[in-house]
Amino acid sequence: MYKIAVMGDRDSVLGFKALGLDVYFVEEADEARHTLHRLAREDYAIIYITEQLSAKIPADIAKYKTEVTPAVILIPGKSGSLGLGAQALQSAIERAVGADIA
Amino acid sequence: MPSATINPTRMELTRLKGRLRTAVRGHKLLKDKRDELMKQFLEIVRRNRQLRAKVEQGLEKANAAFTVASAIMSPQMLEQALLYPKQSVELDMKLKNVMSVNVPVYDFHTRNDDPAEIYPYGFAQTSGELDAALEALSDVFRDMLELAEVEKTMQLLAADIEKTRRRVNALEYVMIPDFQQKIRYISMKLDENERGNITRLMKVKEMVLQDAHDFQPPAS
Repeated sequence: MYKIAVMGDRDSVLGFKALGLDVYFVEEADEARHTLHRLAREDYAIIYITEQLSAKIPADIAKYKTEVTPAVILIPGKSGSLGLGAQALQSAIERAVGADIA
Repeated sequence: MPSATINPTRMELTRLKGRLRTAVRGHKLLKDKRDELMKQFLEIVRRNRQLRAKVEQGLEKANAAFTVASAIMSPQMLEQALLYPKQSVELDMKLKNVMSVNVPVYDFHTRNDDPAEIYPYGFAQTSGELDAALEALSDVFRDMLELAEVEKTMQLLAADIEKTRRRVNALEYVMIPDFQQKIRYISMKLDENERGNITRLMKVKEMVLQDAHDFQPPAS
């Protein structure tokens, strides 16, 4: 049985607690890196992470791109979307096609 | 350019022809794989775009409601209200095989089926905005889960397409031309040897005949 985690600053992710997800309040890059790797080792299949936090640890997130678990998914935090999720989509397309298609 | 170390022998030629055949077949198969992966990938990308827009919109709404709720309630109260969730989510993951890429398929069930169970608090001490925020969140959650599935699938497919594309290109532009050139080189060399042999034999025959009975070759 797999679990779902949510990482981010307190105000952005507190609500997910009520849905029954495991919520981790993280704001610093070091702590985020640590938590992410720890969660990845445990049986979390999906880790939602706020864009604000993900911007601090892009290399660590990229590491899990080719693994089946966990799926690290960016979600907008309380201050709105930074467009990082859409950007990740774009870069995946570029990678697959070998060229930038609109 | 054939590498310096090939032996121009018949055995080497047969071996190279075999490898060329395999390479051409592999190239064709990988090209088909790449095309099919690409087709699936583009569909996934389209779906991913839709879902992401939907999820971001939904979360924005939930966050707005949440901000209002946290403005009305004290942080301690808010924390207390959400501290012990009544609901819990369990996730099932299966693997689906898309063109030999294993992609996850998620299936989740909540411990409680009652939709009212997402409110882990009594209504007396919390504001209505918190209810709204949680409702918005639980609405968007299903889409978030699908987003996770689609996005992971997309990442895995992208990685595999890249790999396949490289293989196809390596076969098409390096391996196959290289084999063809080597085969050409060997068959030229063998033909040349053959011609050299024939002339030598003709010469030997002439000499033998001359030794036997003073045969004079016809003046040419």
